[in-house]
Amino acid sequence: MLSQKKLTSAFNLPIGSQIIGKWDRQRYTITRLLGKGAVGAVYLVKRDDGHLIALKISDQIASISSEINVLKKLTKVQGTSPGPSLFDVDDWISPTGENYPFYTMEYVKGERLDQFIQRRGMDWISLLFAQLLSELAKLHQAGFVLGDLKLENLIVTSDPIRLRFIDVGGVTLFGRSVKEYTEFYDRGYWQCGDRKAEPKYDLFSLAMVAIHCTYPKQFNKTDQPKQQLLAKLRQAKSLNRYQLFLERALLGRYKGCLEMKRDLEKHYLSRMSKNQKVILPSNHDQQTSWLEISIFSIISLITWLLAYLN
Amino acid sequence: MKQGKLKQILLITDGCSNQGEDPILVANYIQEQGITVNVIGVLDQGQTQSDSLSEVEAIATAGGGVCQLVYPQALSQTVQAVTRQAMTQTLQGVVNQELQQILGKDQTIEELPPEQRGEVIEVVEELTETSDLHLLVLVDTSASMQKKLITVKEALIDLSISMNSRVGDNQFAIYNFPGKKKPTSKVLDWSSKLNKLEAVFPKLTSGGMTPTGPALKEALYSFSQTGLLRSLRRNVEPEEADFGF
Ligand SMILES: Nc1ncnc2c1ncn2[C@@H]1O[C@H](COP(=O)(O)OP(=O)(O)O)[C@@H](O)[C@H]1O
Ligand SMILES: [Mg+2]
Repeated sequence: MLSQKKLTSAFNLPIGSQIIGKWDRQRYTITRLLGKGAVGAVYLVKRDDGHLIALKISDQIASISSEINVLKKLTKVQGTSPGPSLFDVDDWISPTGENYPFYTMEYVKGERLDQFIQRRGMDWISLLFAQLLSELAKLHQAGFVLGDLKLENLIVTSDPIRLRFIDVGGVTLFGRSVKEYTEFYDRGYWQCGDRKAEPKYDLFSLAMVAIHCTYPKQFNKTDQPKQQLLAKLRQAKSLNRYQLFLERALLGRYKGCLEMKRDLEKHYLSRMSKNQKVILPSNHDQQTSWLEISIFSIISLITWLLAYLN
Repeated sequence: MKQGKLKQILLITDGCSNQGEDPILVANYIQEQGITVNVIGVLDQGQTQSDSLSEVEAIATAGGGVCQLVYPQALSQTVQAVTRQAMTQTLQGVVNQELQQILGKDQTIEELPPEQRGEVIEVVEELTETSDLHLLVLVDTSASMQKKLITVKEALIDLSISMNSRVGDNQFAIYNFPGKKKPTSKVLDWSSKLNKLEAVFPKLTSGGMTPTGPALKEALYSFSQTGLLRSLRRNVEPEEADFGF
């Protein structure tokens, strides 16, 4: 959280202006600002071939180079790589002569998880978390933790609906100290463990994501952080159905992603097959959700029937 | 590259030194000895980054280190981030020097093509994680720091969680200034853990003195005592009078 004033030109590029790479001479036109963080600014840009992609630019050479290194390694992960895919790496020389490293990546289009949940309901948590856990499992298999897992770094894409992470600034090799984290999501802060990178570190943060969704303003730490967290979890009515899983994640009882994922899957399958009424939130523009839920119910129904017939 | 030992001083203050040597001069001298001086300037709620804190930046510049101004609530995250950044920056400097020896005198990391730069940064990162760290923390306990001291203590305990999650070894020492009858007092002698800090963290020292320069001098002296010399000359116990609740 280095609050250096980002007044520099690279962090306030006007819409329509162009960035030309120093090494590859590739041209990018700024379409809009996607967001700013501790490391740099991310713009939506148009490449000369018309593609819309995301461009992250920074004045912290060590941090951004390290992110690039991570993204490169992730492209070597089997199957679709977790996180956004990396396109080009280059430098931009500002009109005043400073050198800004930047990279371009896949534009992950969607909305923030908390907004999505607000519109479509807590029922989605188990499905979305299970998806993210598969992606995290791949990352862990490659020997890394995500580190800075938090609401701001998660996007729900719409076509197909999937929960994805975007910021790899905290990605750390197992056994090392987590490179970048945010207090509210950090088990060290809550006195629930250290900051050594291991799978359980991410699972703790993931549980905090759910807690943050129900306490949008977060809350301050008291003298008994661990007990406080568990109490907050119990008090959150909307999390009741997930309490068991989230508590396990907070206490480090899951050895890895797949174990937690299995629990979540069991949970949503049981909800679907018991023929429970699925309650839809009040908004009405959700054909996809209806469709997916009915497909789900049909599949579960068939599974159930088969089991019954045997 | 050889596994280095990083020597860093972290000064936590709200500025306005008013006694003894010029801290900027001392910081310059310390940097000459291969030790980096980093400074965290603690702001009062509502205070904008201003005059009294310009000294803070000047000390960090003279000491070759990182400077960061911060409000108390962000102190924990800042202390660990500044420490990490300070280590990276020092190591980057070392790597730059080596690069210049190999590639000529104007070659820096910034000017390398992205591909090679990535490889160099990977080395720097690896060293940041595995190097041994000697960190001496100097805490300003003058009257103006009153409301901020508990936060400082928490931030230092939090720092040890971060640092002890690293692969490399750590040694921490903590001093405060002004001390009771002298400019500086030892709060905690060199050790790898900060968990004793809860019990020994100093209270405020009254009186209007802020001897930042002399405190930095004492810090340098403490570094010269680590290593061989120190094992011969067993250190005196930290002073009793000032500490303990
Ligand atoms: N690939 C991407 N696609 C869409 N939006 C993105 C992408 N990368 C970043 N963003 C947006 O930019 C913001 C800041 O990016 P981030 O990588 O988190 O920066 P920092 O590392 O500085 O925190 C994010 O919160 C998100 O809103
Ligand atoms: Mg971010």
